Amino acid sequence: MTVTTDNALLAHLMRRAGFGANQDELERYAEIGYEATVDKLLNLESEPAVDEYSLLRRHPITEVPGGASGPGQANWLYFMLNTKRPLQEKMALFWHHVFATGNAKVDNCNHLLDQITMFREEGLGNYRNLLVNLARDPAMIFWLDNNENHKNAPNENWGRELLELFSLGVGNYTETDVFECSRAFTGWTIGAKMPRYPYGRHPWSFEFRAEDHDYTEKTFLGRTGKFDGEDIIDIILQQEACSRFIARHLYNFFVEDEPQVPAWNIEEPRNPGAVKYLAEHLVESNYEIKPVVRALFNSDFFKESAYKRVRSPVEVVVGTLRLVEDVKGADPRLEATAKEPGYMGQDILDPPSVEGWHTGSEWINSGALVKRVNFVSDRMSDVDLPGVQKIISRIAECGESMSPEGLVENCLEQMGPLPVKDKTMAELVAHAKEQGDLSWDEASYRESAVRAGEMLSLIASTREYQFG
Amino acid sequence: MVTKEKDPVVVILQLSGGNDYFNTIIPYNDSNYYDNRPSLQISQEDMLTIDQEFAMHPAMGPMRELYKSGNMAIIHGIGYANSPRSHFRSMDIWHTAEPDKVGTEGWLGRAVRELDPNAENPVTAVNIGQGLPRALVAPGVSVASVADLSTYGLLTSVEQDSVREKMLTRFSNMYGAALGSGQVMDYLGQTGIDALKGADILKVAPDKYESDVEYSESSIGKNLRDVATIHKANLGTRVFYTQHGSFDTHAAQAPTHADLWKDVSNAVQDFWDDLKETDHDENVVMFLFSEFGRRVRDNGSGTDHGAAGVSFVIGPRVNGGMYSRYPETRAEALEQGDLVPNQDFRGVYTTILENWLEVEAAPIVNGSFTSENFLDSSN
Repeated sequence: MTVTTDNALLAHLMRRAGFGANQDELERYAEIGYEATVDKLLNLESEPAVDEYSLLRRHPITEVPGGASGPGQANWLYFMLNTKRPLQEKMALFWHHVFATGNAKVDNCNHLLDQITMFREEGLGNYRNLLVNLARDPAMIFWLDNNENHKNAPNENWGRELLELFSLGVGNYTETDVFECSRAFTGWTIGAKMPRYPYGRHPWSFEFRAEDHDYTEKTFLGRTGKFDGEDIIDIILQQEACSRFIARHLYNFFVEDEPQVPAWNIEEPRNPGAVKYLAEHLVESNYEIKPVVRALFNSDFFKESAYKRVRSPVEVVVGTLRLVEDVKGADPRLEATAKEPGYMGQDILDPPSVEGWHTGSEWINSGALVKRVNFVSDRMSDVDLPGVQKIISRIAECGESMSPEGLVENCLEQMGPLPVKDKTMAELVAHAKEQGDLSWDEASYRESAVRAGEMLSLIASTREYQFG
Repeated sequence: MVTKEKDPVVVILQLSGGNDYFNTIIPYNDSNYYDNRPSLQISQEDMLTIDQEFAMHPAMGPMRELYKSGNMAIIHGIGYANSPRSHFRSMDIWHTAEPDKVGTEGWLGRAVRELDPNAENPVTAVNIGQGLPRALVAPGVSVASVADLSTYGLLTSVEQDSVREKMLTRFSNMYGAALGSGQVMDYLGQTGIDALKGADILKVAPDKYESDVEYSESSIGKNLRDVATIHKANLGTRVFYTQHGSFDTHAAQAPTHADLWKDVSNAVQDFWDDLKETDHDENVVMFLFSEFGRRVRDNGSGTDHGAAGVSFVIGPRVNGGMYSRYPETRAEALEQGDLVPNQDFRGVYTTILENWLEVEAAPIVNGSFTSENFLDSSN
């Protein structure tokens, strides 16, 4: 499905670089053009940051959720729903997919939020910096047991996942490399290391304990020296596999669904040329992320990728709520709403494992599909929501009298624009025809609005709408 | 498809994260156990002895009772050669029965395709939980994945029944049409149709359910109660799947592992009590597995990823006892510090598939594998 019109291309960009945009926003972007819009998205400071104080005032628990992930999810949802810098949150979500850390084990959501804040602040910065920060991140240290990685009893959990899932991918290192890498991170721990029971939950901070660090020689990926963690990261960055791995993650998240990560050493990328292009940009930019993301959005392979990804549950929930303008600001329903992506298979701050979520068609099973369809359809049919009213008034502007075909076309335009297959179109039109032509004069407006809402809702339930 | 009320049923309980075999079934006469577990040793007073050689973890009381009643097979040393010690890869291997390359089809998905070749019943397989395990995924196979049995259905917010009916018909037509635009679109179509049919079938189960068993409070208790609810409604479900975890106890293993086994043991007991109460147990076999065991030597507060593990098969038609053998625990016999598997998991799958579900195993598990027979036939 190649997108041709400017409006469609900008809508595609906004779905990927953010959480979608309504027609008013798209018109504003159209005035400055595509590339300038990409630059504006990347230039975070061009828009104000999210007002965190009203969240603090109305939902104080979401700032210090403690052991519960629910309030922490509400905190992040607030940022995603209210941000004027959508790419900032999208990058944080990207790194959360890659560096998946889960509160089910960490049991200290305050620190998980700190990790997300770090992604928010550094997500478009330098990848080396991100890895170093991650190695020192208390939630990550606890998640992958680096606090139990001792000079005389190395624990390989962090060392292995750093190589397998955060930088190189399976097949690009040996078991010896895992062990040597783990030794280099001995003594990288957290304080206060008081046991949780019976003393309760304490704020953690990164601590380097020299007496527990293994200063002896290590041989890692063919190099020998008295390496510590930062040396290991530098050696990792010199591997060609590293730039390819991160490039493939970017492609998978922003462009097109790839096979699941464990298959990457066995299955070729869908578009090897595109991954190579991004990998080369990574190396050239010295692993600066911003120029690579710019190159990605301005590439032809990106522009031709509309509707080639299955929308993630977070994209479904946030995209829908932003479009219909529901749960805005510090809404009392924030915490309840934050559970919705989890019902569809994406509990943010609580990925199923350090591998993160399986994406693409694996978002879809009958249970998750039921939840997605119900969530979006419920809201699109609610003609009292401000965003739905805006959509309907745009549809009404298209002509005082409207054929069933016209209603379907206008609704599809507002929902994407979303291209649908002939057979889907035939069903939508048949449904619209059951009640004949519409009139948007004053007397019939409400009735026609309800019909339009029903059509938006039916469109939201289509297969085509599950892609974004 | 002809279904009988007493068609054989299998319930899979996945212990996610890598269950520590050494502290689940303890070889209590073996000095290597005590030498390798300076921090995580369970004392002989606390462990639950099951015979002259082995004891269970202290939290596994109900599991010991099931073993003593002769309804449990303990399968030692289960796994496969060259364990990658990665959760994801190992779980994929167990799910696809394909250790050497990335498999695309789940072993149970393939089994369901044999049990219901024309995909006539969208609830032939039911997963209780969020998301769908890869074990159940196979092209053309429909699986209902139910997070919450009580609120399962499509477009439930449309208030007018007549409008909802019309929209559901449109939905059915749209998802049933062949769009010819690729695998994912086809998969979505099948999933939508299955969701629609499955919801219609499953909605009767909670109303029919009666039980005096009060399940213990835990997520696995809730999940197994949902399994029992659907099974007791006789909807033709042959494969149930659910999971509990995380058994990934790199640190603070002692309290965590105990809590996990307490919840699993109690839930398993409640489940069997529930089924027995209404004579729904005779045609059910339950299989518990984990993607790998853990390292023999503890790391001070937990254990790292290992290789060989232990599985349990439970049910009235199970020939209770020990199968295969405990892998050697002396240092020289270990591989990278791990117990070496001596029972290929695909052999156990084969026994379940052929002796219980009565389908040909070789095409499902990608070859010919065997295990001792721990099952009476389902007939």
